[in-house]
Amino acid sequence: MRKVYHRIIQIAGNVITVEAENVGYNELAEVKSSRGVSLAQVIRLQDNKVFLQVFAGSRGISTGDEVRFLQQPMKVSASENLLGRIFTGAGVPRDGRAPLQDDMIDIGGPSVNPAKRIIPKKMIRTGIPMIDVFNTLVESQKIPVFSIAGEPYNKLLARIAMQAEVDVIILGGMGLKYDDYLFFKNTLDEQGALSRSVMFIHTASDPVVECLLVPDMALAVAESFALKKKRVLVLLTDMTNFADAMKEIAITMEQIPSNRGYPGDLYSQLASRYEKAVDFDEAGSITILATTTMPGDDVTHPIPDNTGYITEGQFYLRGGRIEPFGSLSRLKQQVNGHTRSDHRAIMDTMIRLFADYRETLEKQSMGFQMSTWDSKLLKYGALFESRMMDLSVNIPLEEALDLGWKTLAECFDKTETGIKSDLVEQFWPIK
Amino acid sequence: MLECGKGRVVGVNGNMLTVEFDTKVTQNEVAYAVAGDVRLKSEVIRVRGNRADLQVFESTASLKVGDPVEFTGDLLSVDLGPGLLTKVYDGLQNPLNELAEQTGFFLKRGVYLPALDTAAKWDFTPIAKIGDKLKAGDKIGSVPEGIFKHYIMLPFSFHGEWEIVSVNQPGAYAVNDVIATVKSTSGEMKNLTMVQKWPVKIPIKCYKEKILPEKTLITQQRIIDTLFPVAVGGTFCTPGPFGAGKTVLQHALSKFAEADIVIIAACGERAGEVVEILREFPHLEDPKTGKSLMERSIIICNTSSMPVAAREASVYTAVTLAEYYRQMGLNCLLLADSTSRWAQALREMSGRLEEIPGEEAFPAYLESLIAGFYERAGLVKLFDGASGSITIGGSVSPAGGNFEEPVTQATLKVVGAFLGLSRERSDARRFPAIHPLDSWSHYKSVVSDDKLRKARQTLKRGTEVNQMMKVIGEEGTNIDDFQIYLKSEFLDYVYLQQNTFDRVDGATSEERQRYVFDKVLKVIDTKFSFEDKDKARRFFLELRQNFTEWNYMEFQGEKFKKQEAAIEAKIKERSTNA
Repeated sequence: MRKVYHRIIQIAGNVITVEAENVGYNELAEVKSSRGVSLAQVIRLQDNKVFLQVFAGSRGISTGDEVRFLQQPMKVSASENLLGRIFTGAGVPRDGRAPLQDDMIDIGGPSVNPAKRIIPKKMIRTGIPMIDVFNTLVESQKIPVFSIAGEPYNKLLARIAMQAEVDVIILGGMGLKYDDYLFFKNTLDEQGALSRSVMFIHTASDPVVECLLVPDMALAVAESFALKKKRVLVLLTDMTNFADAMKEIAITMEQIPSNRGYPGDLYSQLASRYEKAVDFDEAGSITILATTTMPGDDVTHPIPDNTGYITEGQFYLRGGRIEPFGSLSRLKQQVNGHTRSDHRAIMDTMIRLFADYRETLEKQSMGFQMSTWDSKLLKYGALFESRMMDLSVNIPLEEALDLGWKTLAECFDKTETGIKSDLVEQFWPIK
Repeated sequence: MLECGKGRVVGVNGNMLTVEFDTKVTQNEVAYAVAGDVRLKSEVIRVRGNRADLQVFESTASLKVGDPVEFTGDLLSVDLGPGLLTKVYDGLQNPLNELAEQTGFFLKRGVYLPALDTAAKWDFTPIAKIGDKLKAGDKIGSVPEGIFKHYIMLPFSFHGEWEIVSVNQPGAYAVNDVIATVKSTSGEMKNLTMVQKWPVKIPIKCYKEKILPEKTLITQQRIIDTLFPVAVGGTFCTPGPFGAGKTVLQHALSKFAEADIVIIAACGERAGEVVEILREFPHLEDPKTGKSLMERSIIICNTSSMPVAAREASVYTAVTLAEYYRQMGLNCLLLADSTSRWAQALREMSGRLEEIPGEEAFPAYLESLIAGFYERAGLVKLFDGASGSITIGGSVSPAGGNFEEPVTQATLKVVGAFLGLSRERSDARRFPAIHPLDSWSHYKSVVSDDKLRKARQTLKRGTEVNQMMKVIGEEGTNIDDFQIYLKSEFLDYVYLQQNTFDRVDGATSEERQRYVFDKVLKVIDTKFSFEDKDKARRFFLELRQNFTEWNYMEFQGEKFKKQEAAIEAKIKERSTNA
């Protein structure tokens, strides 16, 4: 029935061009070459020319190879059977089990109507004081971890995923090192979370086009679970690889680059993925936790910069710790007023004093005199770093708040903290 | 209208279509591309030979070469009539709440609904009488819309003089009912309803003249009204890096600014932020009228994941609605968050058109478009002698927080006030993070110029001393300089910084600003004596505490007066003035 085309008239980068008729934009095709069969997607139509992005890459494709159009866009199964499964970016099983064909849905679906969203109000507990106390993670938040290569961002992501009380975990891996992939798989397995997880993994050695599909696949599945009233956590690591893959395709397509070679629509492309984070009115939610490695530790680089404008805050991971400055959860105000009455006071006071500590450190390094106040701050700073910032600390929010009071009491007088007197009465530890 | 052209798709590239047509097309006319059973709204943006390039306001997935395209002959327009207030629209004036009822959680493509409620009845009172000769923009009648008198005007697109042939008796009518019939000088008859259409990209110019904006627009934000004021009918921009508080500032302005109508264009930003407005505004009280804030607001919401081309249209939709209410003699405030996203939408399209790029690949015409947009603001005198205004405030999101980029620079050329938000101040949690030294304004402040000069001087000197201290240490600074530094910090803390989330501190009236500012100046003018720097610091810390608490007290209330006395006593403690 379906027509097979034999004339590939152009091969450039991962994009091939064939002359064909009656082909829909964004439709899928199969390209059969000596290397096997690969999927490809229509990315441009021009008269009778059809431009296709070949998922497996164009290497080894000859001008005489067969192209068969499938007359449907990219789809992914959204059935319950997905749980516990691992796929590639193109949706092919990676775990050696049978492919899924039931309940297929389109990927990259339309935007949620803002009128159907609600203001998020549920806290996600992570057991990490730097998050729970200072920059609370909120259900339906989209937040990236900004860090540089070499930082333990994947460990952090895995840890949050393990501790968060969510129904489904979806991992989208882009350009993952094979070791990291195994790390995620083993961690999920050991903690018994594999049965409520779905993984879409593109490793560093896989074709670059598949990298582009990962977020859409992961988020389409997330959306379908959220509509079934599930609370879904999506982990995307590393979005920098996704953006770089986009750059590669854009350059091949001879698009005019805007900033450091990235396409002009980088913002819109990233936003359409991150904006899938949602708290549905009368259904479930999607929380997106991503990593963005900053090339050259430069936050003004187009990828972290555009990301920062899209996401609801960011966690800075530096030197194996979450930095209190620069890190921000834009949604924390929605929840930290309802946890414990001292939460906001402890958050503000401890950060303010820690900022003073940093200033004192600077003064110290320049050789200025240290006052008694300065030495109090130095003591406090060291305690703060070991009790709050160290990532090995794993305590619930309430314990972390108590530890905060303890730390303050060990270093300062009641009045020096500037906390309102009724809270001091209630929480100041009795020695 | 003439019979409309047809065409067929010959190319698809992202949200751009190339269409071959056989009759004629108009630049910027609306067309529909038909993909199966959905009709996708699009706009002609370039014509070459018998081919036109169209930007599609929806996803182009599944469109094929050969699919039919229907041209409409109309430019991209909005419906103007009673019922616009309280509405939430997308960039093309689709009502989002009504869409949600029809299509559920997601925005289904190709679904367009009427912008105005066609069933609602409005109490019409005629103003014009049979035989009256009217020009475009003249009043035919009025209907009450919430707290406003909404005038039904002769459509702005009508040329020349039109005579009223008939006009309806007072009564309840729906927006599409005929309420009057008019006749042109050449004898052409037209039926009028309460709705008229206007193309969004063309300014409405039915007024006598533009006048110089001189009156300060009270925003109740101290740093703005006092240091960097905005005028009624003026323009301003708030550029800032992410996390500097642009949106929080815009929300504060939308709540507290003393305008009649507030139009919020959430253009390419986070959906979550709009949701906060959508869910909060109906429950917030407008201090001026005591009604819900929603009754004076229109929200145009084209968030970052919604189609890019509609994002470009959204700022024009917003400003056209503002112009409509301005024609009724109202003062409108338009807040666009963020104009950078709008510029990026232009850039995306320019890239697809393969135009020669300007700086950072923005199109070369970016500057003139930005200028054209801000120039739609202004204070105007209408034909009937009344005046109306549009104040435009645009936030800008410069890449990397660097103000040297094209959008910020193009905007700075055309605005009357620049409220630059700084990362440094937001990191130090000094909100609103408007930089007190870099920002500027051409408009009139709520306090007198010489008072303002004094405050500016103090801030400048204080910063200089602070920088010096970083090099030579506190011990190397003399006590007089140190006092100046403390005074500038004091001014910053108690006056420039403001807690938006507090009911009292979040909004400071004009009268209170003058009152408190005088008190702050008194501290700055007073010469204090201190034995050492620690004592000086402690004194100012205490004074600051007194002032901050004062800011949280109801103006001229019992507590307020008591606190004022305490402050006076505190100042006396160390004052060396006679």
